[in-house]
Amino acid sequence: MKLAINETGRKRKLVIAITGLNAIDSPGPGVAVIRSIKECTDYEIRIIGLSYEALEPGIYMHDLVDKTYQIPYPSVGTESLLHRLDFIHQIEKIDLIIPNFDAELFSFIKLRHQLDNLGIRTFLPDLEPFEARHKTMLFKFGLKHHLMVPEDRLVYQISDLIKAADELEYPLVIKGKYYDATIVNSQDEAQKAFYHLQAKWGLPIIAQKFINGTEINIAALGDGKGNTISVVPMRKLYITDKGKAWAGITIDDPSFIDLAHKFVKATKWRGGCELEIMQTTDGVSYIMEVNPRFPAWIYLTAAAGQNQPVALVRMALGENVEPFKNYEVGKMFIRYAWDLITNVGEFQKISGTGEL
Amino acid sequence: MRLKKNIATSEAGFIFNPGSGDSFSSNPIGSDILSYFKENKSRQEIINLICVKYEVSKNQFEKDLEDFLTQLKDYNLLEE
Repeated sequence: MKLAINETGRKRKLVIAITGLNAIDSPGPGVAVIRSIKECTDYEIRIIGLSYEALEPGIYMHDLVDKTYQIPYPSVGTESLLHRLDFIHQIEKIDLIIPNFDAELFSFIKLRHQLDNLGIRTFLPDLEPFEARHKTMLFKFGLKHHLMVPEDRLVYQISDLIKAADELEYPLVIKGKYYDATIVNSQDEAQKAFYHLQAKWGLPIIAQKFINGTEINIAALGDGKGNTISVVPMRKLYITDKGKAWAGITIDDPSFIDLAHKFVKATKWRGGCELEIMQTTDGVSYIMEVNPRFPAWIYLTAAAGQNQPVALVRMALGENVEPFKNYEVGKMFIRYAWDLITNVGEFQKISGTGEL
Repeated sequence: MRLKKNIATSEAGFIFNPGSGDSFSSNPIGSDILSYFKENKSRQEIINLICVKYEVSKNQFEKDLEDFLTQLKDYNLLEE
């Protein structure tokens, strides 16, 4: 009898591996995802950090991350990644992986059936919608689904850039394939941005028509069947020189909720995503980008009453999750920098052994 | 013309538009005007109340109120 009570009262153990521990000035979402998941008290959760660099701050946040393993860069290929994950899985018995970097998602989507065979769950979009919302495809995607997206041109060489400027006119937004964007007002500035982004992220570069307005970001979670489980729109209140929100506030505008529903329905999106919106003064909302993972400000969804990472975990485990109905409007986040102190021994360990 | 229903105001003069995320702060007279708006007082009632409370001439305040309403309209805080 006593044993039975212990059995029923015991929480299920969950091992969740999470990437994106780079909580820096242009932060990865990993630490915020972990913070959100830690609010779930229904499970006994062990967090495994997966890092690329030895100085990703999340590695050293021992109150959030129980153990970290380095993994190979996406450029090394999926085979190395699978090999490394298999090794980690043999030690940690991972239940679920939540990847948080744009650049690694392709590899994880490709590997998800193999991961599933190992007993590691994921909750990721299918490859087709993942590719369709890519920066280089977004304009076509918008046309297909009747969503407003600024016109753009793919740029492979300087002559393409000049042609794009003739057709779209300055100012233009010059964007890297994965990250970074610069507003340019002349051919000189455009060329400088082109070479910089080409060196950093490769080709093509995207030249997009500049839209002036208010920046709104929407965190959304889809169940993979076309249903939206959660939507929380956030107005950026303070924007860094890298275009990141340093402070934001949840807002109540049904048009953004509708927009997210439309996107999730059109793509049957599975997992978290962020829609970057520019709303013009006459109220037109353009989708500037769709990030195929949770944003770095995702903890705001938990604070506002729709804990999207926890809902994702539940869906990944096969639980039925009902769509959230309400969230708190006027909930704010203000990001801050904090000097985390560690010692060289820890740095040495993660650098030398790839584990901490 | 009246204040949009969802606009939140505080006694300290803080104004929050939950639809846009915009926030503003007003001085004590502005704060009083907003609270009268919320109590559905007419324009004439507001003029009378403010003129008595702050000992301001009616002519002067009517102009100031017009400016204030223009600002509220520009900030998308009013509805017809």
